[in-house]
Amino acid sequence: MAWKTIKKPREGWAVEPNLLDYERVRAQFSWEAARRELDGLPGGRGLNIAHEAVDRHAAGAHGSHLAIRWMGKRGEIRDFTYADLSRLTNRFANVLRKLEVQKGERVFALCGRIPELYVTVLGALKNCNVFCPLFSAFGPEPIHQRISIGDGRVLVTTTTLYKRKLAAIRDSLPDLRHVILIGAPEEVRAIPGVLDFHQLMDEAAGRFEIPPTAPEDLALLHFTSGTTGKPKGAMHVHDAVVAHHMTGRFALDFHPGDIFWCTADPGWVTGTSYGIIAPLTHGITSIVDEAEFDAERWYALLQDQKVTVWYTAPTAVRMMMKIGTEVIRKYDLRNLRFIASVGEPLNPEAVVWGQEAFGLPIHDNWWQTETGGIMIANYAAMDIRPGSMGRPLPGIDAGIVHLRKDGTVEEVTAPHIEGELALRPGWPSMFRGYLHEDERYRKCFAGGWYLTSDLAKRDAEGYFWFVGRADDVIKSSGHLIGPFEVESALLEHQAVAEAGVIGKPDPVAGEVVKAFVSLKPPNVPSEQLRAELLGFARKRLGAVVAPKEIDFVPSVPKTRSGKIMRRLLKARELGLPEGDTSTLESE
Amino acid sequence: MTDDEIKALVLGELKKIAPEAETGGIDPAVDLREQIDLDSMDILNLAIAIHAATGVDIPESDYPEMTTLDRAVAYLRPRIKK
Repeated sequence: MAWKTIKKPREGWAVEPNLLDYERVRAQFSWEAARRELDGLPGGRGLNIAHEAVDRHAAGAHGSHLAIRWMGKRGEIRDFTYADLSRLTNRFANVLRKLEVQKGERVFALCGRIPELYVTVLGALKNCNVFCPLFSAFGPEPIHQRISIGDGRVLVTTTTLYKRKLAAIRDSLPDLRHVILIGAPEEVRAIPGVLDFHQLMDEAAGRFEIPPTAPEDLALLHFTSGTTGKPKGAMHVHDAVVAHHMTGRFALDFHPGDIFWCTADPGWVTGTSYGIIAPLTHGITSIVDEAEFDAERWYALLQDQKVTVWYTAPTAVRMMMKIGTEVIRKYDLRNLRFIASVGEPLNPEAVVWGQEAFGLPIHDNWWQTETGGIMIANYAAMDIRPGSMGRPLPGIDAGIVHLRKDGTVEEVTAPHIEGELALRPGWPSMFRGYLHEDERYRKCFAGGWYLTSDLAKRDAEGYFWFVGRADDVIKSSGHLIGPFEVESALLEHQAVAEAGVIGKPDPVAGEVVKAFVSLKPPNVPSEQLRAELLGFARKRLGAVVAPKEIDFVPSVPKTRSGKIMRRLLKARELGLPEGDTSTLESE
Repeated sequence: MTDDEIKALVLGELKKIAPEAETGGIDPAVDLREQIDLDSMDILNLAIAIHAATGVDIPESDYPEMTTLDRAVAYLRPRIKK
């Protein structure tokens, strides 16, 4: 069915949106002008994300403004002003300097949403190190792979996570020089070969001058998954902060005095770009909630913390929809002004449900790890076509393209035609490469476009609509999962001959990981073996990456050249036509 | 059902979702997600599985009741029919 456009008022705003006249702002926009809204390092020493996010606010009267309010799982609250954050991140930068961690070397963090994580990210940036987050729900295998591909020199984690996930693989990471643990002093002392985060912080000075930083110096490394091969480390530079700042203004409508809550975990790019950097560059207050999703807790938090701008994800929205709007009526959410969502396309029902539940539609937007920041969005002052990802940000040129057989690219300008979503390179937060993988990076570009691997179409008014993935990557609860990574883990089990992994559509998570496995004789399918494989995969990959379902099949369909035909597995799973199977190896 | 039987039932369903979990040492007062590697889909599936095993309707708004063993037992005890 066609959904009615959600009309936005032209005037009478309580808080006037930053992007009132989309066409005019887009026509006048330049990245050079956007760059001038930032300060740069004092004395013309360059551009550093941490200075724009923290130090430039900390120095003046804004230093006493609340930068981060941290809400612990057990109801604790800890407040950090910009001045506090500046001092703490100075200390951590001094810790890294004292450990002789060199410019450009990678500092990893594996922890939940705890205050030390935010200090680590910004302190590492101050010391000109490259920060790389690891999602705390990863199992040992994804952790090992990312630290070794990323040449991790330093890892900051907690004693609990260290014991559970790191201790067993530490010896196989010889280049990881320092492991810094957050935990009770006696627990840390009991573990050999590690350092104590808080002890190091106590010994470090509170003053630190950020060294000269070129805008093109590497700042962040974010891993993402492809269909095949190992995870890819997308590299981002300090200049990305220009895009973080600008998209915060236009796509999230940040205004001075805002209280912003991004529910994403900093283990993923959203939680770094918007859970840490963008709100801080605007000098507003960020809420950090350590706990996992719990609808009533969330509503209470929105109410009690007087959240004005909320950036969340489709899976959470769909869970809230299941619970219903009745419970929301118990809360006073009058401060909430703008809601946005990212992770996977937000279904039109959910966009409209926002109006019923909160009196505000939910604004979907689109971007990916490689783009570093929001690229296409629904704006506060722009009419929403429910189900559409919106229109490109000022400074971003998006198109629909068809790849020709000879490798050249044709832009499709007629509306409503499906093709690959592509972007013209050149925005500041565009990735500068995949670490150690030049070939894979080059393959992302053709004919002057960055190819996103997402299929989409554009309507006559320039709104983009997501259609599907051009590859077999699985999107579960907003996380990209590479099927190859999951298949490889399953193949390590002695009973498994072949494995094929797909995303099975799911009403809440978007997709869930499902594996099809054939067995080596004399193994035969059994419930016991199914449970064993499930546990085997979960132990290695962690709950978020491992399959939720495993089916036994006599053989996994492959092409004659040996490529797993995941599309065919998916079609069979869904009872759809199998399509072209001419390259199928006989089963 | 006795509290111990309810506990065993919840742990049994949990074992089906996370067969690798060592359920022996679980502290019944602490959030399961802090002791075992579980994501939000696992908690959802746990609630669905407990419903299937006991017949107790668990509306989505009560899913947080399934996050510790003690809470799950207290929630299920009056609702499970003999």
